[in-house]
Amino acid sequence: MLKRYNINRDILTLSAILIIIPFFFQNDFYYEIAIVSLLNALICIGLNMLMGYAGQVSLGHGAFAGLGGYIAVILGSKYGITPLFSIFIAVVTMSLFAFIISKPILRLKGHYLAMATLGIGIIISIVLNVEDELTGGSDGMSVDSFTIFGYEFVDSLQWYMLCSFLLVFTIWMFSNLIDSPFGRVLRSIEGSEKAANSVGINVSHYKSIVFVISVVIATIAGSLYAFFSGFISPSEASFSHSIELVVMVVLGGLGRIYGAIIGAVILTILPQLLTSFEDYQTLIYGSIIIFVMIFMPKGIASVYEDVKGRLFASNK
Amino acid sequence: MLKIEKLCCNYKQIIALSDVSLHINRGEMISLIGANGAGKTTLLRAISGLQNPKSGNIYFENKNITKLESHDVAKLGIAQIPEGRGLFSILSVEENLRLGAYIRDDNEIELDIEKIYSQFPILKEKSKEYAGTLSGGQQQMVAVGRALMSRPKLLLLDEPSMGLAPIIVEEIFEAIKILRDSGTTIFIVEQNAFLALSVTDRAYVLENGRIVMSGNSVELLEDEGVKEAYLGA
Repeated sequence: MLKRYNINRDILTLSAILIIIPFFFQNDFYYEIAIVSLLNALICIGLNMLMGYAGQVSLGHGAFAGLGGYIAVILGSKYGITPLFSIFIAVVTMSLFAFIISKPILRLKGHYLAMATLGIGIIISIVLNVEDELTGGSDGMSVDSFTIFGYEFVDSLQWYMLCSFLLVFTIWMFSNLIDSPFGRVLRSIEGSEKAANSVGINVSHYKSIVFVISVVIATIAGSLYAFFSGFISPSEASFSHSIELVVMVVLGGLGRIYGAIIGAVILTILPQLLTSFEDYQTLIYGSIIIFVMIFMPKGIASVYEDVKGRLFASNK
Repeated sequence: MLKIEKLCCNYKQIIALSDVSLHINRGEMISLIGANGAGKTTLLRAISGLQNPKSGNIYFENKNITKLESHDVAKLGIAQIPEGRGLFSILSVEENLRLGAYIRDDNEIELDIEKIYSQFPILKEKSKEYAGTLSGGQQQMVAVGRALMSRPKLLLLDEPSMGLAPIIVEEIFEAIKILRDSGTTIFIVEQNAFLALSVTDRAYVLENGRIVMSGNSVELLEDEGVKEAYLGA
C-alpha cells in the first residue's frame, strides 16, 4: 500500500544529503558516478509513476532517453541551436511521439505497452546505429559544451548541482501533482480501474498522459547526459539500458518515489564497486538483485518504511 | 428513460443473457431479482459499458449507448454502485466523494458533500480516513455518496445489501428512498427479493439469462411462483 510521506521533510532531507555528499568525493570519477546516478534517478521517477500508478511497464525508456539526447545534440551541432532550446524541441518532439504511440495501445487492456515499447526501443536503437550520416553510427558523436544563457557548464561540481537541483525539483513537482485533483485521479486508477471508469474517468487517456510525462523526463535526462559526457553513442539507447531502468524501479520499490532514487543509485554504483571481482562481476551483480527481490519483494524502500513504521508505533 | 431491447450477452461459449428486454421510466424505482448466476450483474455491466453485448440495443434518453465506453456512459448521467462497492480504498473518504463529482464542473460540489455528510454523519467523522479502513456498512455509505456526487439521472445499484448487517441495510435503503423522492431514477439488482420488492415500484425476474416474469412489485410479492422460488415461503 502507498504510504503518505511527510513530503517537505523528506525533500529537505534529500537536499541536505545531496549537499553533504560532494565533501566526500575524492576525484572527478566520484562526480561522474553521482551525476549518472542522479540522471538515472530522474528517469526512474517518471518510470515509477508509469509503473506504479498507471500499472504499465515500458521496456523502451532507455531508447527514449537516447533518442531524446540525439535529437537535442543533432539540433545543436547541425543547426546551431542553443542547448537549452534544443532540449526543449527534443522534449516537444518526444512527447508527441510518445502520445502517438501510447494513444491506441493504452486503449487495450494488458501489457501491450511493454510489447510496443520493446519493439520501438529496438527500432530506435537500430536506426541510431544505421543512420551514420546523421548520428555518427555506432561510433557515436561528440557533443558541444552545455550552456544556459551563455553560462557554460565545465566542471563536475556545476553538473552535480544542476542534476541535484533537477532531481529535487522533479520530486517536489511530483509530490504536489499526487496531491492535486490530477493526482487524485491517478491514485483512483491505481486503486481500481473499473471504479475509476464508472465515475467517468477516461482511464486510458490518463495512462497516456502519464506515459508522456515519463518520456519527457527521460528525454531531459538523456539530453543532459549527452551534454555532460560530451559524447553520445547508440549504447545510450540500448535495450539493456531500458531493462536496467525497469530493474532500478522494481528493486527500489514500485510506487515509492524515494524507492526509484534508491534503486537508481544502487544499481549505478554497484557495477563500479564490483569491478574488482572481474570475471565474477555479473554473477555477483545478478545474485544481489535476486536476493533483494526474494527478501524484499516490495523493494528496498519498503524496508525503510517498515522500520519507520515500527519506530513510530513504539513511540506511542 | 432507459430501454433495453433483445439484449444478448455471452462469455465465450456460455450464454449469460438472452433476449432481455426491459424499460425504466423517469422517476421509477425498479428492481431486478434473480438467483446467483442468473445474469444480473452481466446486465448491469452491459448498461454501464463494461461488457460488450453480442446483440441487442440499449437506449438512454433515446440515445443508443450500446457501444459506448464506460467513462462516456458515466458522463451521460448513469452512475453505478458496483458489487463489492468498488471504492478507492487507498483514497480518503472525502477524496472518494470528490471523485464521484469528476464529471461535474459546477460550483455546488462542496454543498453536495455537506449534504452527504448530513445524511451519513459518520462519514464526516471519518472524512480524512482511508476508505479501505471503514466497516462494510460505512463503505457502502461512501459508495452511495460517491454515486450521488455525480448527480445522476439514473442510479444503478448492484447488490446493495450484500454482506451487510440488517440494520445497516435498512439505513442504506432509507438513503435510497430519499434519493428516489428527490427524483432520481433507480435500478436495483438484488438477491434479497423480499427487500427489493418491498421498496420498488416494478420488478423484473431474471432466470438463466431470461426475463421470466415482470410486473408491479406488490403483485410479485404475492405471486405464488415468486414466493416459492425467491421468498422461501
